Amino acid sequence: MSNPSMDVDSLYQEIILDHYKRPHGAGLREPFEAEVHHVNPTCGDEITLRVHLDGETVSDVSYAAQGCSISQASVSVLNELLIGKTVDEGMSVLEAFTELMQGKGKIEPDEDVLEDAIAFAGVAQFPARVKCALLGWMAWKDAVSQALVTTNSTTGETR
Amino acid sequence: MTVVEGTQTYGASSYEVARIREDFPILGRRLAGDLPLVYLDSANTSQKPRQVIDAIDDHYRHHNANVARAMHQLGAEASAAFELGRDKVAAFIGAPSRDEVIFAKNASEALNLVARVLGDSAVGDRGRIGPDHEIVITEMEHHSNIVPWQQLSQRTGASLRWFGVTDEGRLDLDDIDSLITEQTAVVSLTWVSNMLGTINPLETIIAKAHSVGALVVVDASQAVPQLPVDVAALGADFVAFTGHKMVGPTGIGVLWGRYDLLAELPPFLGGGEMIETVTMASSTYAPPPARFEAGTPPIAQAVGLGAAVDYLAAIGMDNVAAHEQEITAYALGALQEIDGLTIVGPRTAVDRGGAISFTLGDIHPHDVSQLLDSRGVAVRAGHHCAKPAHQRFGVQSTTRASFYLYTTREEIDALVSGLVATKKYFGN
Repeated sequence: MSNPSMDVDSLYQEIILDHYKRPHGAGLREPFEAEVHHVNPTCGDEITLRVHLDGETVSDVSYAAQGCSISQASVSVLNELLIGKTVDEGMSVLEAFTELMQGKGKIEPDEDVLEDAIAFAGVAQFPARVKCALLGWMAWKDAVSQALVTTNSTTGETR
Repeated sequence: MTVVEGTQTYGASSYEVARIREDFPILGRRLAGDLPLVYLDSANTSQKPRQVIDAIDDHYRHHNANVARAMHQLGAEASAAFELGRDKVAAFIGAPSRDEVIFAKNASEALNLVARVLGDSAVGDRGRIGPDHEIVITEMEHHSNIVPWQQLSQRTGASLRWFGVTDEGRLDLDDIDSLITEQTAVVSLTWVSNMLGTINPLETIIAKAHSVGALVVVDASQAVPQLPVDVAALGADFVAFTGHKMVGPTGIGVLWGRYDLLAELPPFLGGGEMIETVTMASSTYAPPPARFEAGTPPIAQAVGLGAAVDYLAAIGMDNVAAHEQEITAYALGALQEIDGLTIVGPRTAVDRGGAISFTLGDIHPHDVSQLLDSRGVAVRAGHHCAKPAHQRFGVQSTTRASFYLYTTREEIDALVSGLVATKKYFGN
């Protein structure tokens, strides 16, 4: 292939197709402190995502999503990666993932931070698909911010 | 050169796709992996023949100046070239007068223009549009023929009503008598659906609308490129279309309107060249079309659009339409051979344009188009700016292949084998 950036196999890594076919933690669950609905206006892909925090820990991320393999696999990886992490750790992973996506294929991903999400390195070379990969992550960021507000405003309440 | 199908005979004249393709330089392009381009996205935008590219190039190289206001020789040449574009478009669509052809930036702007000015003054038999009035559109409209009417309805209090779509993808005319009534001020609908491909029975709807004194606006964005159009015979009040889908440049659209209506309507945008006189107290406005063309117009684009209609007229719109029909019928047949492929829209080439939207099992259209792109096949994936139509069929998005005067059967075959490979890739 003369132009490796157009190699479709670099986009559809085995890990991505696996997550797409068998998504982790799909479905909407209780309890949750925040629920958000995000759409990609150019293609109509959408996601409803809930976050449950246990103190500083992300104890659940549940979701109902409609979209392409990239957006579905991406939120599945997010679910696997972020549950059990603290909000701060989760935000660092989000930052690394966003940087990788916006790096036009020039960023060397850190496997220690990104784990399975390094499979998305190829997506960065397909500008039209970057938004697909980021849909669930942006929803998570929004939901966590809202959950923190909710949790802070009810500080002292025992669960 | 790639081998393409031979001469087709439509009616009395012969039509050589291979010869037509030679006029379009981009069709000779190779993509990544040295693959030939298979361009099946013409409903999105068409490719341009060298005749159009050369006309724009020649204008900028030899005749460029602003129009109407420059007194020098180049100004006169540029003005003549721009107005010649208007003459050519008027002749191409059978407009009774060249002054009925208004240049806008695209079909969206043309539709916004009508929706805006119809709300700004009394016109026709209805008086000024208000809460007692109704505006009728259809479920199969492009967003550009939905949103401006929603905005008009919000501004005026008029209700917005919708024609439904049948399971086959045709306009549901069962409700026509309860939808188009004495309250109806405007009926606005597409001639050819950009998503379903349906060609709507305009004659019936225009007759009904006019019988109750309503105005009819036609979105002809997909019709003017592929059908012979005679606006005088059609009988609508306004017709909007865009240059870039009919082998012309981007940046220019057309609103045709009946002169008596245009003469009654107030301006859309204010600015240079749309006035008669301006004082600090007030302004009076130029007659149509200048009244609706504030600011420096799309000059080189009008020259390019003139070349585009010359190009299409030389081939003959009957021939273009016959080729579209032939290639669409072939594609409908070939696509329906693929297991798991469902066409959203009419499944036969009867009263149907050359855009075919479909789903492929549960493979997302983005993934379908990505796989096709890796084989050099360009299609569109998504909601095609027709979300209500997608909702009607219970799908979030579709893949759309669309054809034009340069599309070959071999390209349809490449699409079909690409789709079969896509199914295999995603394990369907």
